Amino acid sequence: MELSARASDILHLLLNSFWPILKAGLAFTIPLTLITFALGLILGFIIAIIRLFKIKVLKDIAYLYVWVIRGTPLLVQLFILFYGLPSIGLILDPFTAAVIGFTLNMGAYNSEIIRAAIDSIHKGQWEAAYSLGMTKAQAMRRIIIPQAMRVSIPPLSNSFISLVKDTSLAATITVGELFRKGQEIAATNYEPFWIYIEVAVIYLIFCTILNYFQSLMEKRTSRHLEQ
Amino acid sequence: MIKVTDLYKAFKGNEVLKGISLSVKKGETAVIIGPSGSGKTTFLRCLNLLEVPDAGTIQIGDLSMSFSGNHRHRTRDVTNFRKRTGMVFQGYHLFPHKTAVENVMEGPIVVQKQNKKEARERALALLEKVGLAEHAEKYPYQLSGGQEQRVGIARAMAMNPDVLLFDEPTSALDPELVGEVLNVMKDLAEEGMTMVVVTHEMAFAREVANQVIFMDGGKIIEKGTPEDIFDRSENERTNQFLNRIKVRV
Repeated sequence: MELSARASDILHLLLNSFWPILKAGLAFTIPLTLITFALGLILGFIIAIIRLFKIKVLKDIAYLYVWVIRGTPLLVQLFILFYGLPSIGLILDPFTAAVIGFTLNMGAYNSEIIRAAIDSIHKGQWEAAYSLGMTKAQAMRRIIIPQAMRVSIPPLSNSFISLVKDTSLAATITVGELFRKGQEIAATNYEPFWIYIEVAVIYLIFCTILNYFQSLMEKRTSRHLEQ
Repeated sequence: MIKVTDLYKAFKGNEVLKGISLSVKKGETAVIIGPSGSGKTTFLRCLNLLEVPDAGTIQIGDLSMSFSGNHRHRTRDVTNFRKRTGMVFQGYHLFPHKTAVENVMEGPIVVQKQNKKEARERALALLEKVGLAEHAEKYPYQLSGGQEQRVGIARAMAMNPDVLLFDEPTSALDPELVGEVLNVMKDLAEEGMTMVVVTHEMAFAREVANQVIFMDGGKIIEKGTPEDIFDRSENERTNQFLNRIKVRV
């Protein structure tokens, strides 16, 4: 009797908190992920090209950037952006700070993935393109990138899935995303065990859906490969 | 059609070409033979500037380029020069993300800015010529090595080059597939295509070449008609090489 009353309490609690937590996910976690991944992809591509083509000066800046970002914790970077910058007069709202922080991070990691993917294309492909009279840019766009894209989808998806989960760090700079909502609810009802399990399940649902899209994309881009 | 004068090329201090001079007339097939490491592939790659020579002059048609170590040619000049030649690679290097016909269309569309329909018609005609009309919509992985290489030839021809360059086009093929590629090349030679071929297929050289060039150690040791080289050569190195590969003729 006692036990089933407790069970129904917990069930109620979970049902009542599910929508608010999910809503925080839909309103912050998902947009934050999508925006920063798109920006991080563009940034990563630019950095990769700069480093592959060894463009003067820029390549040193790119190297420095990747080195610093990959060598320091994301959490510390977020704290510098949100809590640090105001002391030198630059105040960012939490969401903007999170977008900048995650984009810089994604850009650094993605640039390495894209660089490796482009590097992995056989040099005969470049030569075949050149022998047809293509310029470097034409060869890149028509021949190398399409093949490199296929190669980079699995590792890029990996960094995408990581990003979904990493956005929970934005809670520490007061972005009201999924995890922070869970924290707030757990703090008022004193059921952290069940609430955090619920939070975990919602992340799991997000990632599962994204995984599905990844395999769809892989299939679409591998038509030309031996099965 | 081709006139090469005193071509030099070194890789990191290692001299691979030591003064190559050569001329090939319009419609001629020149076959370059020689042991591996003799510089024949490097020479061929110099002809379409995949390797930039250190010194010398290359003339193709009315376009001439001179090289000296400290002068870098403009990218546009290099690209323009390249358009005069078509290259067929040992490893085919077809574009794996494109079908056979798309491979052949790619150059005309991207470089010559032809419209798609026109390029496609011409590509299909070229595939028919190399006997692959019914394979036009297949991806490279669905083709045999011999078929891939024939697509490679069609792709090179699509640019209407003055000269076709073949870099050991049959060396990566299973023996039973060599014939179909050589036949296509023979047809091209008969039609009057100017060709420079690096190969180990001596029977092909004997039958098709107007000029056989024997290279060793980065130099041309001897050149002449197939009979001059295969039957009448008095050069010790030429004969040594020919004896070593005789089993294959």
